[in-house]
Amino acid sequence: MEFFIISMLNGLSYGLLLFMLSSGLTLIFSMMGVLNFAHASFYMIGAYVGYSISRMVGFWPALVIAPLVVAVLGALFERYFLRKVYKFGHVPELLITFGLTYVILELVQLVWGRIALEFRPPESLQGPAFTLINHSLKGLRLLWGAAPAELCSSADAAVRVVCSPFPATRAFMMLVALVMLVSVWLLLVRTRIGLVIQAALTHPEAVESLGHNVPAVFMLVFGAGAGLAGLAGVIGGSTFLTEPSMAAAVGSVIFVVVVVGGMGSLSGAFLASVLIGLVQTFAVAFDYSIGTLASQLGLQLGAGTLNNSFIKLTLSQVAPILPYLFLVLILIFRPKGLLGTREN
Amino acid sequence: MNSYYEFKPINVGRWLIWSLFALVLGVVPWLFSSSFSITILAQMGIAIIACLSYNMLLGQGGMLSFGHAVYTGLGSYLAIHALNSISDGSLPIPVSAVPLAGGLAGMGFALLFGYVTTKKAGTTFAMITLGLGELVFAMSLMIPEFFGGEGGVSGNRVAGSAFMGITYGPPIQVYYLTAVYTFFAVAAMFAFTRTPLGRMLNAVRDNPERVEFVGYNTQRIRYTAFVIAGFFAGVSGGLGALNFEIVTAEVVGAARSGAYLLFTFLGGATFFFGPIIGAVLMVLAFVLFSEFTKAWLLYLGLIFLFMVMYAPGGIASLIMMNLRLAMFGFLRRLWVSYLALAATAAVTLLGTATMIEMVYHMQLNSTLGSELLFMGTLLDSKGLNSWFGSVFLMLTGLGLFELCRRQFAKEWEQIQEDIEKEIKRRAAL
Amino acid sequence: MKFALKVVAATAAVLCVGGAFAQKGEVVKMVRIDPLTGLLGPVGVSQLKGYQFFAEKYSGLPVPGNPGHPGNPAGVKFEVVGVDNKLSPTESLNNLKAAIDQGVRYIIQGNGSSVALALSDAVTKHNERNPGKEVLFLNDSAVDPDLTNSKCSFWHFRFDADTSMKMEAMSSFMAEQKDIKKVYLLNQNYSHGVQVAKFAKETLARKRPDIQIVGEDLHPIAQVRDFAPYIAKIKASGADTVITGNWGSDLSLLVKAANEGGYTGKFFTYYAGVTGTPTALGTNGAGRVYQIAYSHYNMGGQMDKWMKEFKTKYNDDFYTGSTIRIFETLGAAMAKAKSTDPVKVAAALEAIKVKSFNGEVEIRKADHQLQQPLYMSVWEKASAKYPYSPENTGMTLALLKEYPNYVSSTPTSCQMKRPS
Repeated sequence: MEFFIISMLNGLSYGLLLFMLSSGLTLIFSMMGVLNFAHASFYMIGAYVGYSISRMVGFWPALVIAPLVVAVLGALFERYFLRKVYKFGHVPELLITFGLTYVILELVQLVWGRIALEFRPPESLQGPAFTLINHSLKGLRLLWGAAPAELCSSADAAVRVVCSPFPATRAFMMLVALVMLVSVWLLLVRTRIGLVIQAALTHPEAVESLGHNVPAVFMLVFGAGAGLAGLAGVIGGSTFLTEPSMAAAVGSVIFVVVVVGGMGSLSGAFLASVLIGLVQTFAVAFDYSIGTLASQLGLQLGAGTLNNSFIKLTLSQVAPILPYLFLVLILIFRPKGLLGTREN
Repeated sequence: MNSYYEFKPINVGRWLIWSLFALVLGVVPWLFSSSFSITILAQMGIAIIACLSYNMLLGQGGMLSFGHAVYTGLGSYLAIHALNSISDGSLPIPVSAVPLAGGLAGMGFALLFGYVTTKKAGTTFAMITLGLGELVFAMSLMIPEFFGGEGGVSGNRVAGSAFMGITYGPPIQVYYLTAVYTFFAVAAMFAFTRTPLGRMLNAVRDNPERVEFVGYNTQRIRYTAFVIAGFFAGVSGGLGALNFEIVTAEVVGAARSGAYLLFTFLGGATFFFGPIIGAVLMVLAFVLFSEFTKAWLLYLGLIFLFMVMYAPGGIASLIMMNLRLAMFGFLRRLWVSYLALAATAAVTLLGTATMIEMVYHMQLNSTLGSELLFMGTLLDSKGLNSWFGSVFLMLTGLGLFELCRRQFAKEWEQIQEDIEKEIKRRAAL
Repeated sequence: MKFALKVVAATAAVLCVGGAFAQKGEVVKMVRIDPLTGLLGPVGVSQLKGYQFFAEKYSGLPVPGNPGHPGNPAGVKFEVVGVDNKLSPTESLNNLKAAIDQGVRYIIQGNGSSVALALSDAVTKHNERNPGKEVLFLNDSAVDPDLTNSKCSFWHFRFDADTSMKMEAMSSFMAEQKDIKKVYLLNQNYSHGVQVAKFAKETLARKRPDIQIVGEDLHPIAQVRDFAPYIAKIKASGADTVITGNWGSDLSLLVKAANEGGYTGKFFTYYAGVTGTPTALGTNGAGRVYQIAYSHYNMGGQMDKWMKEFKTKYNDDFYTGSTIRIFETLGAAMAKAKSTDPVKVAAALEAIKVKSFNGEVEIRKADHQLQQPLYMSVWEKASAKYPYSPENTGMTLALLKEYPNYVSSTPTSCQMKRPS
């Protein structure tokens, strides 16, 4: 039982991290039609900058300053580089962000080195947020904070006690993601600039013809998107690992999220990221393969076929690549995405 | 009146260019005859076919694919399996036909995957190819029967009966095989651009809605082009399998797809011969450039960035623009400007490169002391002199470059106006 | 011209005059083909430094009374140059051709069995097709057992213990730990991980049939960021021990997730000490992460002195002991063969025995696998007894048990084709 709850929470927290990352990408894409390949690189910059700042002034100021730094970098990139290629079409826009990934990777490695860095979360976030204690006799109990050792083991061999702590960093991740979602939503719906952005999400040309300073808005949106990625980076870097390959690791998955959720839809991105997070987490738990499925259905397969690696592939082995399978399936059957409004 | 020359009845220009191409292919291994150079040349031939097939999608069809390595890679795998079958006698085809087997494999997979991939163009297409590429790469490590696991699949190209004494043992024989395939593949792909299908593909790229109105099915056109590109990609993969005699999972990886994209674009996607330039650069960059400097990836990224911003048509477009000038006889007006630009650019680059090299040296080779040899001068990465010198170089270079650039831009504008006037004048004659 | 190989070419030009007569003072050029950039770049760079450091120490005749500079009985001078293969097998083949063109006849490689398999194959084919220009392939870390079994080659010599050997030693250790009852196997889904799992099952079934394998998982390499689901699964299975061949981020993230998920079991690993992992492990897993390897940080004697010297000179940790073995055995073989010609040296190298820093080691003639002692160590806080701390973490791998050659020796199915 606690396995299910903890897995649920793990999946949700991972999904929310993906959402933090992909919300910026969705905004940028919806607004400018630019699929920002370098989004994961901004995530990486956020983690590294956060690491450096936290070493100087501490984690909490880093949480605020690092995203701002990344936002400024993103805005500068948009102003001086990206703007020059708008006139060439969508393909060069994509390509310039593609080239940017290489440059950012090399520069990050140059400044911070090539091995993983230890980006420690602050003292208040270390340790578990709460612990689920499953006592085979007393049932399920929740304890805030860490559970003392005596409660986790029992002298009696017949009684099984399992303690499942849920890390505070993950709980914090979920909290920040939700706060971010709410504030972005409020920004889009309640403020004037938000209304302009919303309009530009679906009708960019009309907004321009109405006289709004669309280039400035673009710069703002790109910067904001990069800043959101930077925020995700600070949190992701301290929860997981801060190393040069972190951009490549999440880079493709966030594209999957954006596409599966639907281009131009923030709620779609939310749905897709939570879905992918949950599926990936739960899929690990299942060891079913096509072979086991066949035997359950009563199909008799020969020994050679049963030994074939493809038939033996279990769901848990393919769990990390399930998102790509989703991507391909969604694009075949519903190219608009789950909640998408535009196809391009 | 035509603005270009055309000979009749024999198109002398065309014959000249193609003969020159064949001549270059045949003669170049005598100029660079070490074993290493010959493999490089063979790899260039392989890359040329791969990049041209990629450009069939990108430049001619407007389809940005992030997973082209899937088709070259799967072609490689099938080719090496075919080679192994030849070795143990179960497949009675000559080794020279192995690349064709790769081509058929590429075509087969393109038929399979292409149907769903080409349903839509634009970003959707790009995303599907990305997802497919990741899937195939991930699967390649999980299915060792076909993909050979981490060690890959190896084969021996000295197999079957030797035809006229050609065993493919020495690399020079593999080079000539590659050269023959390259010549015919390039010719075939060029011919394709001249066929109605090739033209309609361009039309689909430019205005798909109009194409539908004219009565063609855009999806069918894209699909057919995709399959043909898959065939050539497979041929390229098959040649690669013969050249290296081993195929490992990296041939279907995202890094390779990215490299195809980068270099095809760098060479020039809008002209037919652009990818040829790109392919040559790709092999040079990966094999030689990385030995020159540790910062090669950074340079590559920066070059790419600036190319996209200032010359989105790639190197080919730069060449063509200047060729146009030369046709009108105005190129000699610019040579002073070009010289000045080149000199100031070189100074700037020298300054920047020195700084980058010093930083890299500090990071990677600090064990060997703080001094490094760069372009014949001894630099001290911890010394103020070297830093001051390089910053000074870079800034002066940059300043002078900007001045020259403005002058050049003025002259360029003037020449473009003159060309327009000249065209009008000739039209009036 | 290539920067690094310029040195090699210049030396080649100078040496063209000498010929292969006098061995003393003769320069043996070696090229190390390994990643110097990218994911395993830091490891490759660190190991190259080790090669250059020890090449200098093992060059020339031994100086009596100077144990820090042992030299070699043949009196040759070793020169090692590194080229970057970016972990790509095709790139490595290019590098091999370039090296051969420059007249290098000794190739070293270690990171990545895929590269090793490609190189072994290419070297064998080259030697077959070009008699008189043979090249030897010295493998210092690629542990795929195939290299000394189904794909063995006369021209390949392996100096690291392969996966099956390490597992033999590991399972011997685990057999004595009575508190290990349920084992979970978590590995990367490629040949290395699959083989770790396979040998673990085999050896444990033999030595402790009462140990239950309660679960097994394979995940894609370097793709999983979040190991929490796997930890949850491991906990649910009730395993008290995890055997994993994971390296790099896959290992550090796993241990991190284990701590956060409240998993208190033991981790038996192969690669806890590789560049980057000590920093990422930090104080996590103290007392619970074990490593099996052919050396450890606190070997004592001359090794200790060398490690300190290496650290002072390069601010980096030396852990690739096979480097030393290569120079020791190669030097002895060249003296025995009275030549540096690869064919003669290979014949002398197989079945050679040398006394190394941890006892006697020998290259088994049947499959060219070095037979050597292995060590089981545990990750814990550095102390006076085991003071060496990698990457300035304050922690170390403390020795628990040493396993002599015969324990880790595994049978081979190699049918080696010898040149006539």
